[in-house]
Amino acid sequence: MSAAQEYPKVYLYRRIVQAKLFIDVNYADKIDLDNISDEAYFSKFHFIRLFKTVYGKTPHQYLKATRIEKAKQLLREGKPVSDACFLVGFDSLSSFSGLFKRMVGQSASAYAAHYQQNKEQKAKTPLAFIPGCYAYQHGWTENSNFEETDQ
Amino acid sequence: MITKMTVTNIHVLDQDSAYDFYINKLGFTLVDDIPMGPDTRWLTVSPPEQPDLQLVLFPVKVSKMFPKETADALIKLIKQGIFGCGVLTCNDIFATYEELKAKGVEFIKPPTKEFYGTEALFKDDSGNYFSLQPLNNFDQQP
Repeated sequence: MSAAQEYPKVYLYRRIVQAKLFIDVNYADKIDLDNISDEAYFSKFHFIRLFKTVYGKTPHQYLKATRIEKAKQLLREGKPVSDACFLVGFDSLSSFSGLFKRMVGQSASAYAAHYQQNKEQKAKTPLAFIPGCYAYQHGWTENSNFEETDQ
Repeated sequence: MITKMTVTNIHVLDQDSAYDFYINKLGFTLVDDIPMGPDTRWLTVSPPEQPDLQLVLFPVKVSKMFPKETADALIKLIKQGIFGCGVLTCNDIFATYEELKAKGVEFIKPPTKEFYGTEALFKDDSGNYFSLQPLNNFDQQP
């Protein structure tokens, strides 16, 4: 925002932020973006434009991104792909899978498998993933339980 | 040749509370959460658009490097709000301010125009303070 622009109107910002927080809380439900924009501002198109100026995404793009982020979190927690899909508000596994692959760059099942593999490795040899200076400060290097590796 | 900073630390008083603050309030991404003994974790988070910078949420506890009097002194200073952790960048400082405030983040200063740009100051759950600034505060300088 350039210095030449006016100090923004607080009430307008609050409405846009409330719409964003509404998506953050209700992403898993069948939320109607028309209703959000109606509540946030008088004109739908004006609202969408303002939302995009503030967040860099339209409300719909933001909703999709939020759902994929939450799906990633569920996959990391070990939920099956189909559960992750429906728990974040998708109706169809194929539209979820397609969007996931486009946004994340790998399929949901590959993402989950890589994460679990990485997690097992970290549990097995945690000190291989922690900078030595921190391990030393905590006194972890003296603890033989954490020094066992397969090497 | 040094090229980047990839790991730095924030001393925190309670890792569970810091986890909630940095993940659920600030919206940071969890990188690692590895149990390292009964009540300590290797806990690191990243700013959402900067995955190659890990912030270690480093618990202040008595250990090899922290004799009791050192830990006590550090805890006292953190609680007094002596330590600033740096500048966090956002796209829109007014929206970010409203959002963080709605989530219960304690601000020391609302977005204010300074000679170097607009700045807000807030504290984390331990007392460490951050400066919140929009992207263009410094990148316009020659």
